[in-house]
Order: sequence, then structure tokens, then C-alpha cells
Amino acid sequence: MVKKNTVKKESNEEQRGRRDFIVVASYAMAGIGAAAVAWPLIDQMNPAADTLALASIEVDISKIEVGQAITVKWRGKPVFIKHRTEDEINSAQSVELSQLKDPQADVERVINPQFLVMVGVCTHLGCVPLGQKTGEIRGEYDGWFCPCHGSHYDSSGRIRKGPAPLNLEIPPYQFASNSLIKIG
Amino acid sequence: MSTNKFSNPVVRWIDHRLPIFSFMDHELNEYPTPKNLNYFWNFGSLAGISLVIMIVTGIVLAMSYTPHVDHAFQSVERIMRDVNHGWLIRYIHMNGASFFFIVVFIHIFRGLYYGSYKAPRELLWILGVLILLLMMATAFMGYVLPWGQMSFWGATVITNLFSAIPLVGDSIVTMLWGGFSVDNPTLNRFFALHYLMPFLIVGVVILHLVALHRFGSNNPIGIDPSGPQDTVPFHPYYTIKDFFGLSVFLSLFAAAIFFFPNFMGHPDNYIPANPMQTPAHIVPEWYFLPFYAILRAVPDKLGGVLAMFGAIAVLFILPWLDRSPIRSGNFRPIFRIFFWVFAADCVALGYLGGMPAEGIYVVLSRVATAWYFLHFLVILPLLSVIETPKPLPQSLSKSVLGGTAMVGAASAVKEKI
Repeated sequence: MVKKNTVKKESNEEQRGRRDFIVVASYAMAGIGAAAVAWPLIDQMNPAADTLALASIEVDISKIEVGQAITVKWRGKPVFIKHRTEDEINSAQSVELSQLKDPQADVERVINPQFLVMVGVCTHLGCVPLGQKTGEIRGEYDGWFCPCHGSHYDSSGRIRKGPAPLNLEIPPYQFASNSLIKIG
Repeated sequence: MSTNKFSNPVVRWIDHRLPIFSFMDHELNEYPTPKNLNYFWNFGSLAGISLVIMIVTGIVLAMSYTPHVDHAFQSVERIMRDVNHGWLIRYIHMNGASFFFIVVFIHIFRGLYYGSYKAPRELLWILGVLILLLMMATAFMGYVLPWGQMSFWGATVITNLFSAIPLVGDSIVTMLWGGFSVDNPTLNRFFALHYLMPFLIVGVVILHLVALHRFGSNNPIGIDPSGPQDTVPFHPYYTIKDFFGLSVFLSLFAAAIFFFPNFMGHPDNYIPANPMQTPAHIVPEWYFLPFYAILRAVPDKLGGVLAMFGAIAVLFILPWLDRSPIRSGNFRPIFRIFFWVFAADCVALGYLGGMPAEGIYVVLSRVATAWYFLHFLVILPLLSVIETPKPLPQSLSKSVLGGTAMVGAASAVKEKI
């Protein structure tokens, strides 16, 4: 009889442990299930397949004269393509890195020094800087000037003065041929 | 007052000022519930969860949907092909409508059999019928949004119902359309209303729940709990039962979504809307078929529309048609037979609504429609007078446990609490 009682007591404790385990396991499964259901509902906000398919463009640059710039749309944003003059290339290359807020040599920012390709979105708060068209204000460094909050970019698109923290972004691109570049 | 029952001091602080925790504890935890509820009582919570599923997936779909006649169809196809997991979300929403109606229909027939519409739950029942009406309007407008052939012609036919109203009918239809046919303005407003109405349903559901918790759930025996020995706290007894039912429901739901997502739809709705050509055989979604059969059974335009709306309207006055004081069909031998005949009649109407309106189907539709109204307007009032009910058990516990064993068992439950 006595032996029987102790056995019963042990099994009660064991049962308690098992029950806790089942409860914890159930909560864990419910949590995993909830996360699995929530993920598609959140992930649907990421770019859809057709949006991603439009993420690269090709641009013919053979028609851009020296000193001229064009703006193309890539991923809904303006991309500046500037055919730089000798003066502009020289002034961009001769700047001491110590003078720069976001130090970066001009050679790091171009594939072919004649063509500067960059995203035309001010790194401050996203406005499009002026300087693409003749007659537009080009800032104190003969490059681009953002009219929203007065950021000055040089002929390499680097931030020189004003609130913007970084140089104008260089998108991923490559020369498909001498006259054709592929952005994205 | 009952603030002290929470050990967490933050909860106590909040609850003293905003008794939300006391409220939840009272309505979801200790809420006394008859201890003899069967699985048919799962369908209320399933309906509520279906509503939440529909609202969540619907809001997500609206992020990628364009309510314009030139873009609607393609935006839905884009959801199916390009949007991340879009196919899954749309199939959940699409099949969710069907499952929501399955659940609600079972919920309604539960109420019909067990007399859940009787005093003091008349308003609870009426609010439920109101929810059904809102659901039907919401489902109809949702079906229009993909702008397929069935969307377009369904919208045309259903809006034209209102032209049956004497004198002002045509003006009303023109107003509904915002033009002279179902077109872009119609699609735009249907989208706006389809987005709005689920939230109206949420509002009525809250009233439905307030009314429910006033007297608590009815039960399979249909007599009121005579005291604490006849009830159990909602949590964990019915939360766990509801969760079990939910897991079964979700398994079936998932099976439909993953293995036969278009079973309950109509292939013609994958053809873009064409205002110049009506499909050869147009039918509404399955959950409207019984009402569609009633509409077609009456050989008169206004009469058909009145009969169709009357089929819902009669539910509103049901608590005053069935005057029998016995709630549960278990104790009403004749009612019970007629209940099943009525259920079969509804299924028959559903079948007939999906058949072409010709030959024998017309005759059968008329018989089934006549029986539908006969059941409510003649049989139920008559039964409440002539039927002799079986004797009712003295208490819920007696019916569940039988004999004297119940006293001990009930007090054991009480100690656990």
C-alpha cells in the first residue's frame, strides 16, 4: 500500500511537468503559427515582382554633348548623367580630401571620368538639386545646388556646404558599350 | 472594486482608471456559461474570427487594388502574380467570404433549432439578422471589385432589382450607378462602401455581444441555468473548446485555399468585364442562391424582389411568429420534423437557384419558395398552439449528469474555480 502511494505521488509531479510542457509547447506553436501568418501580410508591402522587373534601365549617352547633362528616371527617381568638361574633371580631381565633408576621391565616383552618373536626390531630405539645365543655379562649387535647404554639391556631386550629410549617391551601373550605359 | 484581483501593479493602476482589464476578465474569463453547450455553439466565435480575417486580408488587398474600370481587373491579376504572397492573401479573402457565410448559416440554423431567438434574446436575434444583411451587401459589393464578367453582370442585375420599386425605381438605380449603366462611378462607390461596411458589421457585432452577455448563451436544453452549478467559467472551458473548433475550421479553410481555391467561385469572373455581352448563364455566388431562387420563382418583377427581401425580413419578426415558450427543438417533436423539412427546403432553394430558370426548375422553385414562407408564417405560429412539448429537465445539471451525482460534481467544479 505504502509503495503504491509514493508511486502515485511521483506520477502526479511528473504529470505536472508534462502539463507545463504541453502548455509551453502549445504557446510556442501558436506563436510560430501567428508569425507565419503575419509574414505574408507584411511582406506584401515590399516591391512586387513587376516593380522589381522595372529596376534596371538602359540609356544612350552618345547624344550628350560635352558640358551637357540629362536626367533619366530610374526606380521612380531622377538620375543625373553629366558629360563633364575638362575643367570640371580637373577641379573635381584636384580637391583635397581633407576639405570634404564626406571624403571620397573623384575617381571612386566614376567609371569613365567624362561621364558622371548619380542619383539626383539630395541626401538631406530628398529634394532634386538644381544644376542640370543651363541657367540653373549651380551653387558655390560649380556643381549642383539644392533649393530646399541650400546644400552645395561640386562637379563630382560631393557635398561641400549645407545640411546634407553625404555625397550624391552613385547608382550601380555599367557601360554596355561606349555609348550605352545600363543603370541598376 | 474588483481591481484587487490583478497582481501586476501597472495593470492595477490602469484598471483603476480604465477598467478594461476588469471588463475583459468579467466578459471573457469568469463569464458564466451554460455547461452543456455543444459544438454548434462554436460558430459564433468562428464568425467573429472570420470577420477579423476578412478585414485584415481586405485592408492588405486594398493596398494593391485599383478601383477603376480600366485597371481593376489587371490590378487583381497583378495581386495574383506579382505582389508578394498576393495569391495567398486574395485566396484567403475570396474563400473567406464563402467560409464566413458557411459559419454564419450554421450559426443561424443553430439559433433556429434551439430557439435562440426567443425571449429574452429577441434583440440579439434581430441584431444577428442585421449582421446577415450587412454581410450580404458587403459580399455583393466585394464580388464586383475584380471587375470580371460575373462582377459586372451581378452588379447590373442586383442594382436593377431596385428598378422594381414603383415610380422612383429608375431614379434610384441611376443614383446607385452614378450614371446610366454600371460603370466607373459605380465601381468607385462600391469600393468605398465595401471598405466601410465591415466596420459597420463590427459595430453591430459589438451590440450583438452586449445583448448576448446580458442573459448569456442559450443552450441545447433551452432552459435557463438555475445557478452557478449549471454554469462553468468561459475560460478555460469554452476558450479551449472554441480554440479546438477554430483549429478544425482553419484546417478546412486552409485546405480550400491551397487545394481548391476556385471551387466556390465562377470561372467567368476571370474574363474581364464586357458591358456589351452578358455571359450565357449568370448565377450569383453560392451563398445568395436560395434568395436568387426565391427572386426568380415569382413571375412578377416587383413581386420577386419583395419575396426575396421578404425572405430576410421574415427573420426579423421570427421571435413573434414562433410563440411556443419551449426554446429547444429537442423537446418539440413536431417542430423538430418541420425544422429539418425547412432546412432541406433551404438547401433545395440553393440548388434551384443555381439551375437555369426553365422547365421543372421553375415549378420546384415555386413550391420551395411557398414552403419557405409557409414555414414561418403558418407552420410556426400554428405549432406554438397545437404542439404538446416533451417534459423539460429540471435543470441543466440534471440533464447533463442525471440523478443526484450532479450535486457532488457541480461542487467539485466550484472548488476548482
